[in-house]
Amino acid sequence: MDKTPNGSAKRPRSPWRRFLRSLTVGASIVIAFVVYAYGFQVTQVDLEEAQSPRRQEQLVRILRALAHPDILTFPQAELVVEAPFYMPCPSIPLQMQEANPRGPYILLSPACTESGGRIRVDGFNFDAGTTASISLIPPSGVSLRLGQATADAAGDFSEMVQLPERSSDELQTIRAVVRQNTGTPRLSRTAIDTWDKIVETVFLAFLATTFGVLIAVPLSFMAARNLMKGVTGTIGGISLTFLSIIPGVWIGSTLARYAVAASEAVQTAPLLSLGLVGVSFAGAGIGARWALPPVELARPPLWKRLARAGALTLAALVGLFGLIFLSRFLEQTGDALAGVLGVVAFLGIFIGDLGEILSLLIVVIAVAATAGSLGSAAGRLGEAMHSRLKPAVARILDLILGAAAGAAVGLGFMAVIDWLYELGDPLIVYVAPAAIGASLGLILGVRYGRRDTIPVGLLIYNLSRTLLNVFRAIEPLIMVIVAVVWVGIGPFAGVIALSIHTVAALAKLYSEQVESILPGPLEAIAATGATRIQTIIYAVVPQVVPPYISFTMYRWDINVRFSTVIGFAGGGGIGFLLIQNINLLNYRAAAAQMLAIAIVVTILDYLSSYLREKFV
Amino acid sequence: MLSVRKLHKTYEGGVQALADVSFDVPDGQFLAVIGLSGSGKSTLLRCINRLVEPTSGQVVWDGVEVTAASKEELRRIRRRIGMVFQHFNLVHRSSVLTNVLAGRLGYVTPAWSLINRFPKADLEKAYRQLARVGIADKANFRADELSGGQQQRVGVARALMQDPKMILADEPVASLDPVLAHSIMQYLEQINREDGVTVICSLHFLDLVHRYATRAIALNEGRMVYDGDPKGIDDVRFKEIYGQDAERVG
Repeated sequence: MDKTPNGSAKRPRSPWRRFLRSLTVGASIVIAFVVYAYGFQVTQVDLEEAQSPRRQEQLVRILRALAHPDILTFPQAELVVEAPFYMPCPSIPLQMQEANPRGPYILLSPACTESGGRIRVDGFNFDAGTTASISLIPPSGVSLRLGQATADAAGDFSEMVQLPERSSDELQTIRAVVRQNTGTPRLSRTAIDTWDKIVETVFLAFLATTFGVLIAVPLSFMAARNLMKGVTGTIGGISLTFLSIIPGVWIGSTLARYAVAASEAVQTAPLLSLGLVGVSFAGAGIGARWALPPVELARPPLWKRLARAGALTLAALVGLFGLIFLSRFLEQTGDALAGVLGVVAFLGIFIGDLGEILSLLIVVIAVAATAGSLGSAAGRLGEAMHSRLKPAVARILDLILGAAAGAAVGLGFMAVIDWLYELGDPLIVYVAPAAIGASLGLILGVRYGRRDTIPVGLLIYNLSRTLLNVFRAIEPLIMVIVAVVWVGIGPFAGVIALSIHTVAALAKLYSEQVESILPGPLEAIAATGATRIQTIIYAVVPQVVPPYISFTMYRWDINVRFSTVIGFAGGGGIGFLLIQNINLLNYRAAAAQMLAIAIVVTILDYLSSYLREKFV
Repeated sequence: MLSVRKLHKTYEGGVQALADVSFDVPDGQFLAVIGLSGSGKSTLLRCINRLVEPTSGQVVWDGVEVTAASKEELRRIRRRIGMVFQHFNLVHRSSVLTNVLAGRLGYVTPAWSLINRFPKADLEKAYRQLARVGIADKANFRADELSGGQQQRVGVARALMQDPKMILADEPVASLDPVLAHSIMQYLEQINREDGVTVICSLHFLDLVHRYATRAIALNEGRMVYDGDPKGIDDVRFKEIYGQDAERVG
């Protein structure tokens, strides 16, 4: 930019321009005036109401309550002083009221009155500054509060009280009760509840952040333009990959189910389970070591490659059994430990939960492994097709595969739509999407020749970006309502809702970091003949670790603050307590909770800046 | 033997970086590529290992057509071609050792390298290469803790890890002072002489070209304007390559 800041001021302006300029300024002021006037109207600004004494009194009350967070309480001693009282005055003469030089006492004047009269209550020998609440105890024993009085520096007070219309022939009593703080202060019930809930909140946010990070990290690479731009494939390769994923998912889930069923046939004691885990993992490791030699100088012959693929499959299967036994071992030991650990029984429960999570994940792992390896094998086959087959044959195969994959995409897409909207019409659900998908696949096949590459990476990039944007747009408050329906009210619902939102938000932030890394190392690693995944691990990951850590910490901080909001909708955490107290008009308790949130957020802020400094 | 035939490269946006470039490089040659900034030197080097995809033309190396190779074949080709960069292109936050080991990524089985496991032989090799370029004591330093000259030696060591048959050096000394420039060039010369590795090196300074190269080609706006003995670049040739207003600085 070579504009000088005051270059325009030196140029002489014509009077017409100057007039136009003042006109613009004037018009802007008028427009601003109208905008603000309308704004005042729609937001119902009411200064009179704000200044009314009644409102101000309430405001002061609330602000004072908020300024006194309910954190500490004192053990209180109750001092009760009574004086006999008649209403109306009896026919018999009254006893003299006694002074008590050793302790506090009250005197009534007069000592009897007609129903609904006024008397003066004088108190003596109280502790200076203590507040006595004065009440009438009629013969029924149900006390009626009359008022309160505060003792002066000498320990005396004098208060006029209005009596209710409760006439009785019997003796009634005027009672003054003084509550005194004695001993050392303790944490109040609210403070203890707040502590429990703030711990729950911190861990809720922590779990949501870690779960979110686990999914957001791989997603962020898919949503990074600089990594995905280079990912291309031929139509045959892409179609074959896509087509093989569907049977891959089926084979994987079936395999996992059979493996689980087969392992369930064998009952094992915890120690035997552990032994089986060791044996399976060792076997899988040996198999993998043989199938994946550390260095490969030349391309091995076909039989060897097939043998290796077989060994790897076998190793994976054995590994799957290892995982099943591991999950069983964890569940068994977890249950056993929970019974004997006592105070730290939660550790045993956690181990049991880990086992359960693992047993749920086994299907996912099996599906991912099968679909992934089948997909990549099919992709290679598709790429190799062109170099092995005659061009004409390959071309026809390309078109067929393209059409088939297109139909599969159409069917899959429509299956989701049908699930959501329950269309039920086979023409719309099966025939139309298959036909449209197949023709789109054919068109793509014709459009891209045998050597041409389809920017499939950019497609994935755009898809994941869109998906992330959609999920980021959904408020966690909505997600928590859905989660509450799913798993019930409580912090677990909050963990689920916040995890999903964390994935969407972090993956976007992360991917922007990936996009801003130095391209040089990427180029250098790619030039050594590294695969794409190797390039990511060796050139991308080291560069993005510091920003990832700092964003993760920031997200944790956000999640703590978010969890106050999701508590309003039943997502557990401190928000649950906060909304309850606000609804009960218990502002002192609400203030305690707000203070707790402020403290936690501040601590997290310091912690994150410290960690950032350490890792950057 | 590397032969480049009728290579064209037009970038998106219409910038023509290479136009009809053809030459052959016999094994063991030290070829300098000279020309102004923007004359297509970097593009030419990157088209040889297809870091940049040429628009048309062929690159054939040892009888294999690089420009027609599939991804898998290209990986196998690239791992025998070391590359050294002007800005070193080290991964700053990784250790020197990891940066050097990265040169083996094309050889090791991907699954093991993902968890940072390299065969013992490779580790020993990495220490040997670091010793060869004189920075054995820096193996566990972070790459960005090293000076420029040391970083470029790591770059050379990384290229050596590939057991290269050819090294592409893209202005390897342009970011270094003259003393360091000579030391890096001497390493390349040594690799060229002792190991018989073909070196294709783009250079700015003619005295470096005269001193180290056995042959030079010159590019001007993507076209080859000279091919021959480096000593043959006299003042007339110089003005043809660098333009009429150019003056020699070294």
